[in-house]
Amino acid sequence: MSQYAEGITPEIAASHLPADEYDKAVEILGRAPNLVELGIFSVMWSEHCSYKSSRIHLKKFPTAGEKVIQGPGENAGVVDIGDGQACIFKMESHNHPSYIEPYQGAATGVGGILRDVFTMGARPIALMNALRFGAPEHPKTRQLVSGVVAGIGGYGNCVGVPTVGGETNFHSGYNGNILVNAMAVGLADTDKIFYARGAEPGQPIVYVGSKTGRDGIHGATMASAEFDDESDEKRPTVQVGDPFVEKKLIEACLELMETDAIAAVQDMGAAGLTSSSVEMAGKGQVGLLMDLDKVPQRESGMTAYEMMLSESQERMLFILKPGKEHIAEAIFRKWELDVATIGRTTETGRMVLMHKNSIVCDIPLDPLAEDAPLYERPWKRAQPEPAIFADELSQPKDYAEAILTMMVSPDLSSKAWIWKQYDRHVMADTAASSEDPADAAIVRVHGTNKAIAITTDCTPRYCENHPIEGGKQAVAEAWRNLTAVGADPIAITDCMNFGNPEKEHIMGQFAECVEGMSEACRVLNFPVVSGNVSLYNETNGFAIPPTPAVGGVGLIPDISKRMGYGCVAAGDILMVVGDTEGHLGASIYLRVIENREDGAPPPVDLHAEKRHGDFVRTQIRAGHIKACHDLSDGGLGAAASEMAMASGTGLNLVHEGDLPLHGWLFGEDQARYLLAVDEAAVKDMRMAAKAAGVPLHVIGIAGGEALTINGTIEVSISDLKAVSESFMPTLMGEAE
Amino acid sequence: MKSAVIVFPGSNCDRDAAMAIQKVTGTAPAMVWHQETTLPDGTEFVMLPGGFSYGDYLRCGAMAGVSHIIPAVKAHAEAGRPVLGVCNGFQILIETGLLPGALMRNASLHFVCEKSPLRVENANTRFTSGYATNRDVVIPIAHHDGNFFADDATLDRLESEGQVVFRYARNPNGSARDIAGITNERGNVMGMMPHPERAIDADHGGTDGLAVFESLLGSA
Repeated sequence: MSQYAEGITPEIAASHLPADEYDKAVEILGRAPNLVELGIFSVMWSEHCSYKSSRIHLKKFPTAGEKVIQGPGENAGVVDIGDGQACIFKMESHNHPSYIEPYQGAATGVGGILRDVFTMGARPIALMNALRFGAPEHPKTRQLVSGVVAGIGGYGNCVGVPTVGGETNFHSGYNGNILVNAMAVGLADTDKIFYARGAEPGQPIVYVGSKTGRDGIHGATMASAEFDDESDEKRPTVQVGDPFVEKKLIEACLELMETDAIAAVQDMGAAGLTSSSVEMAGKGQVGLLMDLDKVPQRESGMTAYEMMLSESQERMLFILKPGKEHIAEAIFRKWELDVATIGRTTETGRMVLMHKNSIVCDIPLDPLAEDAPLYERPWKRAQPEPAIFADELSQPKDYAEAILTMMVSPDLSSKAWIWKQYDRHVMADTAASSEDPADAAIVRVHGTNKAIAITTDCTPRYCENHPIEGGKQAVAEAWRNLTAVGADPIAITDCMNFGNPEKEHIMGQFAECVEGMSEACRVLNFPVVSGNVSLYNETNGFAIPPTPAVGGVGLIPDISKRMGYGCVAAGDILMVVGDTEGHLGASIYLRVIENREDGAPPPVDLHAEKRHGDFVRTQIRAGHIKACHDLSDGGLGAAASEMAMASGTGLNLVHEGDLPLHGWLFGEDQARYLLAVDEAAVKDMRMAAKAAGVPLHVIGIAGGEALTINGTIEVSISDLKAVSESFMPTLMGEAE
Repeated sequence: MKSAVIVFPGSNCDRDAAMAIQKVTGTAPAMVWHQETTLPDGTEFVMLPGGFSYGDYLRCGAMAGVSHIIPAVKAHAEAGRPVLGVCNGFQILIETGLLPGALMRNASLHFVCEKSPLRVENANTRFTSGYATNRDVVIPIAHHDGNFFADDATLDRLESEGQVVFRYARNPNGSARDIAGITNERGNVMGMMPHPERAIDADHGGTDGLAVFESLLGSA
């Protein structure tokens, strides 16, 4: 047996598979793979498709729960929201392409995540995003922000799904690798959910959507490698999105899903036709016979290799029940989309591809999936850093100045420049989006009184200094944000963005973040139902901060009981739920005022988190709370500033006790909420808090037109707004 | 009132338009696919919804403006019956020649989505009679190409004939004379960039858009 097939050099083989994986492919086939087969092995066994470095750790996530209909493993997670309805959601990264070509990279990220959701039969109802850019002063940052925001808007606005929220951070750790994580949320009836599983032998394989072109070939492989200075040369591997086709595809697919024609369905995302067909075949335990001459092609002379590896966008693969092809044809023709029966499922257990009347690929499917490489990469634990408290740091000379400096800082300032470019209102069910003072976005379940609350959260600086606590905190903050709008948190999706897993400390960051997240999910009963892993976020050996982004979803049973932090009136009593020890390690205060990023992040007491959150939610539903804001980045000072800006009412805080003022004001202790309540409700709330074992502290009263502290420090709302709203326009060169 | 909403490939506010019409008139509109050539018998009111018809890859509304259903929409308008175009629908009405002017790219060059304060300039049209007592309203906008332009003579004529119906209180896109919505000379065709169908509900976008549909119902 020759070690290489005809036309395959050792260099070509090595550019597709590492030597040990190549040997495994030879063993599976019983012969050397040809180029098409080599391409298929290489994408199916890429980090992006096989999760070969992360699978062992991801198993630790709790994924079951009474509300979970479908956990990880399908296109998206599915949870029960009652009344025969399900919420379907997932978050995914499009980091590498967005750095190389920001507009198309971000746009196709949105397109891809939408397809994951409507593939399962859901009508998409909301988009979210979590963005991390490099330092504001880095020469590429402005262009990347501009392109990514335009790309997200250009795609989401056109398909007509509202982009309702998200988060944006800036840090030099992302200078060479920005993160673009997009999340989509959809709704379906529980008896109308479609899966990749379900195929049986003898069923037609039907291709729909856009034609296949040469774009995006080896995108999945690119997403599994580090960047260097030559990365711009990879631009041709970035796909080009067409939101108009996606809109038609959504409508056509949902129309087909109203019929009983479908056995299985999978969108063509990473590794396109290869992964979609292999996954459906694997889950249905069937073989595949496909004739590539029948694939709709955008360009002439495409090879089998190119067709199987293309990542052209807006394509879906259906396996239909026999004899139902005409139903699909009529619907997709009406929507002026390509539709072609390109093959059928078989009993052979093999993937056989024909091109120009000859067999160009014949791979046994089970080993392709089951023998995929699985690595238990060596990893080491992060060195713990000491906690930092206020008494180790000198007080700011001018507190008002310190507050303003924090509110103009990249992470705390207003992101209106970004979200104004997103249609947040299309579909007419948005009850709260980025523009509204609420800790989570709120989208009504169409035609009902229920609403879905959605948030994305992660504090990478915590994960960098203590991956376990950082992992816990990302989950806890998502849970807290959902609670703060009055929702019952249900489940999360995640987007695990890390550096090169072949380095022990990076693999350690991953393992420890998963450990922390898993613990938080367990204690908060907040399982992981879908997710995505993005590794190799490194340029020239410089890795991003560990960024396990969490997308949380909750249910508000009665939309009239939703909560925000904008309704504050003079005379309202201000209270903080939870105790403050003044943890300043890895805080925004430390970064912005002391120019330091060290120290242990605030510890997360998950049981306190649960107790405090359950108390807050109960009080919201009892109608006792007028405004509620979670305390996180920037601590009480930032939350109070935001509440004052949103309500237009001043907040007058009074600090008592021994804790230094800067610890009380800027400490980022967890499990805390800032509340504004009517004076008449205070007594009842105190009693309820005592009974529940929840610390509840009165810290001031609303009134006036400024944030004041102890009557001596004063920052006007107009000054707060002016600085907060100045950062983004200044960064983008559009300041007036 | 019997209504029809025209659905082009790429329309994405068609459902919102239908919801608003149903809420106010009590009757669901007919959803008319762009390849039809006639409106359902007895159609009294036609709405062209927002979205990105044909992807707006050519000039916004240009492709939709020559689609199969347009002659029927024109005939409906020429018979003096009401036609409302919102956002992309406004762009399409301009492309068909039913309304004057042009809608250029926003002055900022960015897509802009916000709750936009507006002034109802003329509350004496069949689309705005319901605004007689409340002239200052807030209605959401969401567009990339809403910068209204016409030559001075046309603008003067629009002003003097009462065809300027909505004006921005805070111009978001560079529109000439802050124009947000206009009617034709006869007053039965209106185009506006703000989305009244997104402002029919206190839980979403407020209720300032309701009067557009209520006015139509009252005048039908």
